[in-house]
Amino acid sequence: MTISNLVLLLVGTLMYTTPLLFAALGGVISELSGVMNIGLEGIMTFGAFTAAAVSFFSGNPFLGFFAAGLAGALLISLHAVASITFRADQTISGTAINFLGAGISVLLTKKFFHTSTSPSAPKLPSVFPKWITHHFERTTFQTLKSISIATLLAFIFVYLLYFILYKTSWGLRILATGEHPAAVDTLGISVPKVRYFCVLASGMLAGFGGAFVSISVTSSFSSIVICGQGFIALAAMIFGKWTPHGAMLSCLLFGFARECTTLFEKEGGLIPPSLLETLPYILTLMALILFVGKSAMPKADGIPYI
Amino acid sequence: MVGIQKSFGRHHVLKNIDFSVEKGTIHALLGENGAGKSTLMNILYGLHKQDSGDIFINGELVEIKSPKVAIEHKIGMVHQHFMLVPTFTVAQNIMLGSELTKGLGIVDFKKANREISRLSEEYGQTVNTKKKIEDMAVGMQQRVEILKALYRGAETLILDEPTAVLTPQEIKKFIENMRNLARSGKTIIMITHKLNEVKQMCDYCTVIRRGENVVTVHVDDYSEQQLASMMVGKELTFGIEKKPANPKEIKLEVQNLLVSDDRGVKRVDGVSFEVRAGEILGIAGVDENGQQELVEAITCLRKVTSGRIKINGKEIQNTSIANVIKSGIATIPEDRQKSGLVMTFSVAENILLKGYKGRPFSKYGRMNKSEINKFASRLTQKFDVRPKDCAELPVKKLSGGNQQKVVIARETSTDPDLLIAIQPTRGLDVGAIGYVHKILIEQRDKGKAVLLISLELDEIMDVADRIAVIYNGKIAAIVDAAKTSEAEIGMLMTGGGKK
Repeated sequence: MTISNLVLLLVGTLMYTTPLLFAALGGVISELSGVMNIGLEGIMTFGAFTAAAVSFFSGNPFLGFFAAGLAGALLISLHAVASITFRADQTISGTAINFLGAGISVLLTKKFFHTSTSPSAPKLPSVFPKWITHHFERTTFQTLKSISIATLLAFIFVYLLYFILYKTSWGLRILATGEHPAAVDTLGISVPKVRYFCVLASGMLAGFGGAFVSISVTSSFSSIVICGQGFIALAAMIFGKWTPHGAMLSCLLFGFARECTTLFEKEGGLIPPSLLETLPYILTLMALILFVGKSAMPKADGIPYI
Repeated sequence: MVGIQKSFGRHHVLKNIDFSVEKGTIHALLGENGAGKSTLMNILYGLHKQDSGDIFINGELVEIKSPKVAIEHKIGMVHQHFMLVPTFTVAQNIMLGSELTKGLGIVDFKKANREISRLSEEYGQTVNTKKKIEDMAVGMQQRVEILKALYRGAETLILDEPTAVLTPQEIKKFIENMRNLARSGKTIIMITHKLNEVKQMCDYCTVIRRGENVVTVHVDDYSEQQLASMMVGKELTFGIEKKPANPKEIKLEVQNLLVSDDRGVKRVDGVSFEVRAGEILGIAGVDENGQQELVEAITCLRKVTSGRIKINGKEIQNTSIANVIKSGIATIPEDRQKSGLVMTFSVAENILLKGYKGRPFSKYGRMNKSEINKFASRLTQKFDVRPKDCAELPVKKLSGGNQQKVVIARETSTDPDLLIAIQPTRGLDVGAIGYVHKILIEQRDKGKAVLLISLELDEIMDVADRIAVIYNGKIAAIVDAAKTSEAEIGMLMTGGGKK
């Protein structure tokens, strides 16, 4: 394996990791506050559509990216109202979000673009400014330039979330709400307020994850761009024991597996590519089977509070 | 609190209650389960809103809309079920909601630890601020709850059944602590139905019965008997009448049992004893000394590492729960709401949980409602489960004592060889406790073997024929209940030798 191959492996891993990481962080913050969020897939899909559409019409990928965050928060607010205010079953409401997200996105794509795939939209720029990438041209490191600025943002969010959760009074309240909401309530803190905040933040992060797929990995939206990444993110969250840093490590693992399949496919070989493509999913299943029992799920996760 | 009224739905919980407390005193709020004690205090702490009536604090009319307002008025409450986050440290729990920060919401853990340590020493309630709640004994957790209130500047402390979860040793320490707090000017309201503690620590006592206040008295002027009569509204006799035991053949035999907990720590360490037909063996001990693991092993909820458990001479360890039941073991579990009953099911369904399989209650997998209800009605009458004709009522509508009667009715209906009762009177009032004890002795007199595990020393002393004291996973001694004293058992429970 040459150095350029290794660089490619790194770049690819980061690329596949980023959307998972955004969504997994979204899952972490929502579930730590005690609201299950299995609607990540739907939110990502809607985010991906919004980013592609806004980026296409405005010509500004950043606008698309942030619009996706907003759209994610908007869509998840349905889940928030259902599960926090009306104490609905969070699995059902989350599933509804998955269908709704996919449905609206496909419908609006047809409406705006009259096809099932949105036209090519401007992509997010590289994390390295032009004058640096310039030096990479025609070297073994030239692929580095395709690392997106949003990838950096995702890792910044890992640190930010870690800091908020474990170092600030806000974090203390979020964690307490997910573990023992009655304790929080008797101290005069509003449980619904904390949970709304966290669920909306979760929607925003998952929306960013979707945006990354449609305006960084690819440059357009179609109904299949997300294809299960929301669920893999959910698995990464569990595998990472509901912590931002744990989620980051497991997303990197899943991203790495995904990139490996891509590389193997290119090389060609004994294993049929369609079988190889199942690797990340098999890995997800294995992770869940082996680790879910010993995990540290917040005690009040998924349980509505009066 | 003047003229407080409150109803939930059509149910009038509080009817015109007047309640006042003097600063710097310990005031007991005494009443049976369901008398409305907790509801009254939850209103004072802002968790419920009264339908009518006023609350005055230091002579000033206040409206307590939420716990936040209560905290602002320097009221703190320690709930019966602790409001502590198990995965948090002491300091994190105490400051939650009023955190010490360095600005921008960044928590100053160092300063918090220092402040809380200082506070805990000031009130003589020393705790390790960096320890996690889940690693602490219940008595220490309670201390943290009290500190949580003091940290918020509480002048009035409401304690809901504070001694229900404590061991005898912890209770002693607790009473001392409360006396000190009162001396330093704090006002303490204690919800309870334990008369001896009222006598030991309280200055005043308000008795509530069925949502109405009966009377407020100086504790010193009344005897326990008199207080009890006021509480239940009729004369009560104390003590249990019991004929001497007439033990026969061995029913349960435990030999050299070793059991580990979930973390692999050895909790039962070479325990041997036997229970004969027609006797009650009481297992006394401070909480967390292996009782739970021992019971779980006998009922096959937990694997044993080594050793034998025999029922009627047949080994049952490491088999299945179904086998345990088939062998003739019935259990009154520690937590009736969690593992004893299906709270949303009817009384009849709960009674039939074990016997639904065969005829006449089901035929080809189809349940026979009328037979089930007939059977359940017979049992509820026999055990005096109230309200009357409750067979079709969901069990959660019953009071704690009556729920326990349903469990007992079911467990004794299968005519078991061995009846295991774990903390069977936990959270019950005086009347119900007496009833449960009576039933256990009745079962004994019918020739059943009874194994009673309890943290209440009084209960063990009153009911058991022989007492096995468990300490640190080992049986410290097995003594004859008639020939021992509380002092001796107390010594053994805490690792002291036999006198």
